[in-house]
Amino acid sequence: MKIAVLSGKGGTGKTLVSVNLAAAAGQAVYADCDVEEPNGELFFKSKKLKSEAVKIKIPQVDVNKCNGCRACVDFCKFNALAYIKNRVFVFEELCHSCGACMLLCTQQAITEREKNIGQIEYGQSNGVAVCTGIMNVGEASGVPIIKQLLAKINQYDNGDKFIDCPPGSACTAMESIKDADYCVLVAESTVFGLHNLKMIYKLVSFFSKKFGVILNKYDKTIDNPIEKFCQQKDIKILGRIPYDEKIAQINTAGLILVRTATEYEIMFKQLLQTITKEIKNETAIDS
Amino acid sequence: MKIAIPAEDKNIESNVSQTFGRTNYFIIYDMEAKQMETLDNSAIASQGGAGIKAAQLVLDNGVQVLIAPQCGQNAADVLAEGDIKIYASIEGTVKANIDAYTAGKLVIMNDIHAGYHGGK
Repeated sequence: MKIAVLSGKGGTGKTLVSVNLAAAAGQAVYADCDVEEPNGELFFKSKKLKSEAVKIKIPQVDVNKCNGCRACVDFCKFNALAYIKNRVFVFEELCHSCGACMLLCTQQAITEREKNIGQIEYGQSNGVAVCTGIMNVGEASGVPIIKQLLAKINQYDNGDKFIDCPPGSACTAMESIKDADYCVLVAESTVFGLHNLKMIYKLVSFFSKKFGVILNKYDKTIDNPIEKFCQQKDIKILGRIPYDEKIAQINTAGLILVRTATEYEIMFKQLLQTITKEIKNETAIDS
Repeated sequence: MKIAIPAEDKNIESNVSQTFGRTNYFIIYDMEAKQMETLDNSAIASQGGAGIKAAQLVLDNGVQVLIAPQCGQNAADVLAEGDIKIYASIEGTVKANIDAYTAGKLVIMNDIHAGYHGGK
């Protein structure tokens, strides 16, 4: 099973939830797709096994072969090409490596070169295979790194796969949930948190994903706008992680709750059971 | 010599558009012939790279000077390669800017903002 953990903004607890779910599962794969700022590894402190480069293809144009027909420039949907003074210019950061310019060129003036945009690191932490996508500083899109990372974790036969998604609802988040069997939406119990939840609620609905919500930093003494929203939309609340100083202390020490505090080990194991039941479409008990 | 100015409407009394890449129109003014023409900005619907496409449009129309309130790095790169000078516009209409340029009152834009000011 592939379980993607996402949220409408950063800092709501995606990494907290995905790291702890993976740790609670024992044998599992944890894939950090938050390639701009992967931080799950800070908690797992895994034993490094290997790393590999992520490369994309960028067109290069042979000026001597180019006849200036501009078919490539006119076709490029991403406006990554410009034709200036009888020369084609390539804007690398806009290129999506689709290869169309190369196919269209009747003069075979366009070839592709490889460009390194990041890497994937593989490690092991108490039964959890930790796979981390890392984008080089200054690169425009992490999508190719996420694609490669998720293709690689498909080869693992190591229990459930937990995908720690990038924040928000843009291309990288879409890529991360594409093949997920279930999405866990993590939301802060505030009005702002509700706004962010609505964005990813739209996203997972659009992709017809099965999903449920985890309320993080939950305070039962405060009227909670997210519970109301979930009731209205008939969204399953998978669990509530309390607003607890102990969590903050363990988390900021770089430790994993499940491996440090028994009550949270129990909590995340229960969460995992609830999610598993949801995926299997069985009746789960709303705690 | 031709001047390009991003404009909100299709006439010389229109206000200068606040964006370059996603302006509705460009007004191209020929200084010698004292004639103007308008171009629809085909870059406006671009998901990304609108600045590059708009700069290409300006370049392909034989313009030597662009007057605009702002310009991104990618567009500025295209314009620089095409030897097009970028002047900072003043508040007001396209006509006011053409007059100011003719009177030598406009200054070269030197605060090109970093490329990429939209989503992907």
